[in-house]
Amino acid sequence: MSADTRAQRRRAGVRLWLPGLWLGLLCLAALAAPWIAPHDPLAQDLMLERLPPAWVGGAEPGYWLGTDSLGRDVLSRIVWGARIALVVALIAASAACLLGSALGLVAGYFGGWPDRVVSRLVDVWMAFPPVLFAILLVAVLGAGLHSVILAIAIIDWTRFARVIRAEAMVQARMDYVHSARIGGAGRIGTLLTEVLPNVLPSVIALLALEMGVAVIVEAILSFVNLSISTDDPTWGSMIAEGRASIHFAWWVLVFPLVALFLTVLSFSQFGEGLKDRFDPVLR
Amino acid sequence: MTACLEILGLDAAIRRGPRLLRNVSLSVAPGEVRALVGESGAGKSMIGKAVLGVLPRGIEVTSGDILLEGQNLGALSPGLRRRTVGAAAALIPQDPLTALNPSRRIGPQITDKLVHLLGWIRARADARARELLDEVRIRAPERVMASYPHELSGGMRQRVLIAAAFASEPRLIVADEPTTALDVTVQKQILRLIAELQARHNTAVLFVTHDLGVVAKVSQSVSVLFAGKVVEAGPTEALFRAPAHPYTRALMAATPRYTDPFASLQPVPEAVLAGLRAEVAAEDAAREARNG
Repeated sequence: MSADTRAQRRRAGVRLWLPGLWLGLLCLAALAAPWIAPHDPLAQDLMLERLPPAWVGGAEPGYWLGTDSLGRDVLSRIVWGARIALVVALIAASAACLLGSALGLVAGYFGGWPDRVVSRLVDVWMAFPPVLFAILLVAVLGAGLHSVILAIAIIDWTRFARVIRAEAMVQARMDYVHSARIGGAGRIGTLLTEVLPNVLPSVIALLALEMGVAVIVEAILSFVNLSISTDDPTWGSMIAEGRASIHFAWWVLVFPLVALFLTVLSFSQFGEGLKDRFDPVLR
Repeated sequence: MTACLEILGLDAAIRRGPRLLRNVSLSVAPGEVRALVGESGAGKSMIGKAVLGVLPRGIEVTSGDILLEGQNLGALSPGLRRRTVGAAAALIPQDPLTALNPSRRIGPQITDKLVHLLGWIRARADARARELLDEVRIRAPERVMASYPHELSGGMRQRVLIAAAFASEPRLIVADEPTTALDVTVQKQILRLIAELQARHNTAVLFVTHDLGVVAKVSQSVSVLFAGKVVEAGPTEALFRAPAHPYTRALMAATPRYTDPFASLQPVPEAVLAGLRAEVAAEDAAREARNG
């Protein structure tokens, strides 16, 4: 192994464990929210409104990251918000990935009319501004977590379809695909054994990236009040609320924003790390 | 004895586009090596791909027959055709770097066909793969079978591909410029290896190449192609001794020689090319007339 490969592998290592740490922590927090959140995320107490974080003067003990304008504990809301963020990330991104990758594989490998149909569909789909499209979809489907998930899957499958189609096209021209066909393998069999393993690293990287995107879209939708009910703690609604009091209670905005930022960054870096790890030449 | 492979008046064209093969006929007897020579784009590889049924998208056979062991492939259903071709023929591809799937181990890439098409049990297929890797002089077959392609050198990979091609005991092998991507010393070994296995297994080989030196070394008969048309064909020795067609003579003159390394390269003379273009035009006109 060359020094080049080794350096690349070390980088891949850091890319995996650092984001992995944050995402693991987040998953743990989401799973154990009822037990580890110090307060009820919905409990309002106007006597405790806009308490600053623990290390700033005037703080109340037990409210580590302060409280918002209704006296709700910010840390507890972030922990509970992680649940919603992760559920959306996992389900919506996986659904988009499955749909988009399947269509991309078929289009790229078979070519001909399946390719024309899928490609035109992708072109038409991508002509819609995604955020407006999402808002429209949620407005039609009715606000709520399931509509948010559905909207993300319906909009973002095109990312997968495009990339995977291009990679499948390259694969379809490879000699080993020809050899498999000459060896009597069927089209579907060849697609699954010869093409799929080679596009899988890209699928996984895209999936992780898409999880980050899903978290952002969910935040955007709750920012404009189209996600789940306004009471429920989502990072987007916390950011929206914090915006109003940014000048005198910055913590209401900043902490959910940091959580969102770290999560999205972790997803994308984790994806890159996985891609390197799955690359047979670097393995 | 019937020919192993017989091609009769084969025509291929880009859909609604130009002709790529013009009335190609040739045959390969069992145990015979027939070389297909010509410039880039002459359609040499296209013939092999047509036989194996892996023509690129958008290129189709427009007329003519391909007979594999006496069986007309055009008359078979696509599925049956693939099984028939798979059982009787194999490919040694051009570029060993892209011919092995980078994300799969070597072993299954050799045994896939034995297990899936010929219905062998896994253990027997593995034993066969080891045997063949041994035949192509790979020292540690077990280790190689457990490796990924990127862990092997170009020459090693080409040996693996040769082993994979011969593993199913095919009666016909299409060797599509199998040495073009290798350096000269490895080329020699690979050629010797193909010749050796071919002789031992009495396999018919359709050997696609642009290198007349290779032709002289490996083949018993030659077909010279220009623009998808066979301009001259015959036994290798006779053809080299007395090339009848001016294009064949020009190709031979254009081949660089080790004995005279400083001689300037001779391009094919313009007059010869003009003659060839006239021949091709005549062929196209003849086809027009046939089709009314």
